[in-house]
Amino acid sequence: MAEVTRVVRERPTSPHTTIWRWHLTMATSILHRITGVALYGGALIAAAWALSLAGGPETYAAFKGVMGSLLGKLALFGLTLAGFYHLGNGVRHLTWDLGHGFDLKSANASAVGVIAFAVAATLAVWVIAGMTGAL
Amino acid sequence: MSSFRTPLSRAKGLGSAKHGVGHWIGERVSAAALIPLTLWAVYAVIRLAALDYYGAVAWISTPLNMTLMVLTLAFSFWHMHAGLRVVVEDYIHKTLSKTALLLLNFFVCGLAGALAVFSVLKVALGGA
Repeated sequence: MAEVTRVVRERPTSPHTTIWRWHLTMATSILHRITGVALYGGALIAAAWALSLAGGPETYAAFKGVMGSLLGKLALFGLTLAGFYHLGNGVRHLTWDLGHGFDLKSANASAVGVIAFAVAATLAVWVIAGMTGAL
Repeated sequence: MSSFRTPLSRAKGLGSAKHGVGHWIGERVSAAALIPLTLWAVYAVIRLAALDYYGAVAWISTPLNMTLMVLTLAFSFWHMHAGLRVVVEDYIHKTLSKTALLLLNFFVCGLAGALAVFSVLKVALGGA
């Protein structure tokens, strides 16, 4: 009896990120996750703020020193951008969950709107922060 | 060894754990609460950045600021636990790594959230 050679065929796989052409709704979806994870770090900074405040004047001054440094401000600027993006896109998701705006045209339009909102709101907040002596 | 379970009983034991809807709704309810709360939190950070320690203590000691700060922290840590849980479940498939990361996510959110909330309450209620 002839030996049967068993060829192991590769299992079919579903299309993954590498074969898709980038489009706006895909980018906004991925950005929602990335900003969410970034804001996780932001919440830990908020917890550090509360802890340092409970620690007394010295620890609070140390915390403000770190966050007031160039690196601290850079992190806060990024968190502002991530926060407004996640907020805007979160509202977009909640609208979808209510059954509105899920067609391609609306989804593309709201994607542009959310990105524009995030950039505009971030700049506005930092201008206001600069004017009120927060920087 | 043969099983005495009926096919219907076996099928009923399979499938989802039936907890998905609760998680999904919890994520969205906390998201809805965080819409006004995060906008307030941005205002709070701008205010607090301009104040020193004693100013910050006085600011957080008003009932409205203390309450909104505690609610913002509580909903944020709840929401980020729910969110990162989904991220882990989506990308990590090895049972041990997945379980370890889900536990870590739970402990980090629980510990940091509790530390943050109790610190705010200590300062705000301590009359420091």
